[in-house]
Amino acid sequence: MAQKTIAGKTIEVNDEGYMVDPSQWNREIAAEMAKEDGIELTEKHYEVLEFLRESSAKGETLTIRKVGKSGITDIKGLYQLFPGGPLKLSSKYAGIQKPASCV
Amino acid sequence: MKKILILGGGTGGTMMANKLHRVLDRLEWEITIVDQDKTHYYQPGFLFIPFGIYQKSDVIKPKGDFFPAGVKVIYQEIDRVEGDQNKVFLMDGTSLSYDYLIIATGVETRPEETPGLNGELWYKNIFDFYTIEGAVALQKFFKSWEGGKLVLCIAEMPFKCPVAPIEFVCLAEAYFTGKGIRDKVDITYVTPLSGAFTKPIATKMLSQLLDEKNIKVIPDFYLESVDNEKKVIRSYDEQEIPFDVLTIVPVNMGSEMIARSGLGDDMNFVDTDSETLRSKKYDNIFVLGDAANIPTSKAGSVAHFAAEVLFENLMNAIENRPLKAKFDGHANCYIETGYGKGALIDFNYDTEPLPGTFPLPGIGPFGLLKNTKINHYGKMLFRWIYWHILLRGREMPIEAHMTMAGKKNDVD
Repeated sequence: MAQKTIAGKTIEVNDEGYMVDPSQWNREIAAEMAKEDGIELTEKHYEVLEFLRESSAKGETLTIRKVGKSGITDIKGLYQLFPGGPLKLSSKYAGIQKPASCV
Repeated sequence: MKKILILGGGTGGTMMANKLHRVLDRLEWEITIVDQDKTHYYQPGFLFIPFGIYQKSDVIKPKGDFFPAGVKVIYQEIDRVEGDQNKVFLMDGTSLSYDYLIIATGVETRPEETPGLNGELWYKNIFDFYTIEGAVALQKFFKSWEGGKLVLCIAEMPFKCPVAPIEFVCLAEAYFTGKGIRDKVDITYVTPLSGAFTKPIATKMLSQLLDEKNIKVIPDFYLESVDNEKKVIRSYDEQEIPFDVLTIVPVNMGSEMIARSGLGDDMNFVDTDSETLRSKKYDNIFVLGDAANIPTSKAGSVAHFAAEVLFENLMNAIENRPLKAKFDGHANCYIETGYGKGALIDFNYDTEPLPGTFPLPGIGPFGLLKNTKINHYGKMLFRWIYWHILLRGREMPIEAHMTMAGKKNDVD
């Protein structure tokens, strides 16, 4: 476990850079994290992040398909928002655990 | 009479019927099991059919053979559960009332969820091996296939038996080597995950294994559609992979009955407490096996371990005690790797598969995360155990809860 200072706040992250405590999250942290990967967050991005945070808080298992059915954007749109790894990246910026998907 | 109703007479439902029938007072309790299908499939055996190791007759028996006498059996499609009325409606319009309900309706493959998947090449150049029809059709196809690009693609997580696709490519590699055409067959393993498996240490071991066998892994590929004309699979970020034969793990979803009952999530998995195995919505509904949305593998071994916990908690509920038994997500999977060898993994919600020995610490006989002959015999013996011990709800010499004894967690 490591500490990281980002957007003026010190947060706990795991060795893959995922936040350990979702309550430490704020929008500025998300923006900084995304910027490190070269992504500029828009309102659409934040809608996805909020959806993920809510679903995760309810203990739901997250899949790309689920986010694609959320009404915010479809799966293709999700790939455009978070190129490369939509769920992995969006979960990271949302300050939640890396999705285990399946076991 | 008080009533226990079990929906689904597969691995989970059959085990529960046997366990409950043995202990409940027959004058006081009526146990009913409902299923739409009269045939019980030994699903772990499907994997061997494409390679001619098993035939159809090796994996089917009548469901009725495994239900205890005295349990009422109804072969009928289920329409829906009305949890507020404690009633289940069947497709023929009749209804059944219950005091306790156990949902064990499993998962189904849904090729129609992926555009182009069950198009004109379906069962010509595209096959699944999660259904008896697909496994048998693939066996016929492989017999006369002369080589080319064999692509295995996993469409979506979660799916039933997460090690089966790895086993499939390993067995295919051995099969084509045996036929003397391995040099003409290009095998590619395509997965939406970032590696060969979900957990890091097992992924490392399995990646090495696939690498040694010259099986290519393409990770992070999320299937959007299948192009029948160009014979390519396409991902959402527009990568294309060409195939001559595609073996697909289609999208897996729970029964439509769950959706009609308003009990499921968007994949029709029932919202279930991961420890008590009780529905989060209704106190008198329990969920067993693949039908539940609990974060562990969808596999028979999980249903088996979960059945012991569910049984204990159902008895607790019936006798007005708190639901003290807690499921830990225990899974135990043999991984057939070809050439008469196999690997074994044992894990739960919190502990990833680790190397070691199983079930006896230091002795085994089975090696965890090791590729050995004895593991293969374990897998082959398992079919007998399944029909004769497991389905009949008899005791197995393996604990329901995972143990750290025999596991080594100091690996890097």
